[in-house]
Amino acid sequence: MGRPPDTTRLASLRGARDLIDRDFATAIDVTALAAHAGYSRYHFIRAFRAVYGATPGDYLSRRRVERACELLRMANLTVTEVCFLVGFSSLGSFSSRFSELNGCSPSEYQRRAAGYGGPPPVPGCMVLMWSAPLTTVRNRGEAPDEAAPVASAQMERTEGGRT
Amino acid sequence: MITKLSHAGVLVLDQDSAKQFYTEKLGFKARNDVRVGADYAGAGQGFRWLTVSPPGQPDLEFILAAPEMGHDEETARQLRELLAKGVFGGGVWGTDDCRKTYEELSGRGVTFLQEPAERPYGVEAVFRDDSGNWFSLTEHH
Repeated sequence: MGRPPDTTRLASLRGARDLIDRDFATAIDVTALAAHAGYSRYHFIRAFRAVYGATPGDYLSRRRVERACELLRMANLTVTEVCFLVGFSSLGSFSSRFSELNGCSPSEYQRRAAGYGGPPPVPGCMVLMWSAPLTTVRNRGEAPDEAAPVASAQMERTEGGRT
Repeated sequence: MITKLSHAGVLVLDQDSAKQFYTEKLGFKARNDVRVGADYAGAGQGFRWLTVSPPGQPDLEFILAAPEMGHDEETARQLRELLAKGVFGGGVWGTDDCRKTYEELSGRGVTFLQEPAERPYGVEAVFRDDSGNWFSLTEHH
């Protein structure tokens, strides 16, 4: 219990998470992200998951879906436009990930949101930081992520995009 | 009645580095930097009372406190971990021009995790201090 906290390591993981939060709409390469944080890809994925409860790829797609929710609530955009704006490359993967996380399709979500009459009455920074993309992660069970190659379909297609 | 908020603050990982960050990168004014000696017999032994003020609000002293202040070792360790993970948020700083301030602060190496974006209430960006506390930077309409 007397172990000192490894704040340098945690800060580099936090830096990686912040990069995902900031650049979620671009093609994010997990290997480059790992190198930036000072890890091999494999250890980065494990360390990130240990600290934040989700793999980087999982966190990224959750962030994209969360940002999509905001656009569907607030902006006058079609589902297809929102899908590409938040960084998904196909409507199919967007819709299925969206439905998995929200329990309804993007268009259904948009239709319901319109009924609430406008954006949520809280500042956007709170929506960003508190509607954390991690809230349902624990439901996925205790088992170590056998999909260590991340939510692979999601990450693979984005690889090689950023430096 | 309560008239105003005069002091508020955040926990920081390293008070030297935080003082430098808030004064040099954010442009705050240094206010108090007082150390209570280890030989002091009363409460607050060994503490460092470190405060800064935003340039446009000299009557707010923003306290940069070490997690050890007032906490046992294990609690301080947990706080440090949470700080470094980026769990804590410290509030909303106001600005007359969010995009310009974003450029200035980014240029000085401040980490933003959201670039300036239009909101119903203004233009808002989100950044972190050097410890991991996040803040909104908002230009209110």
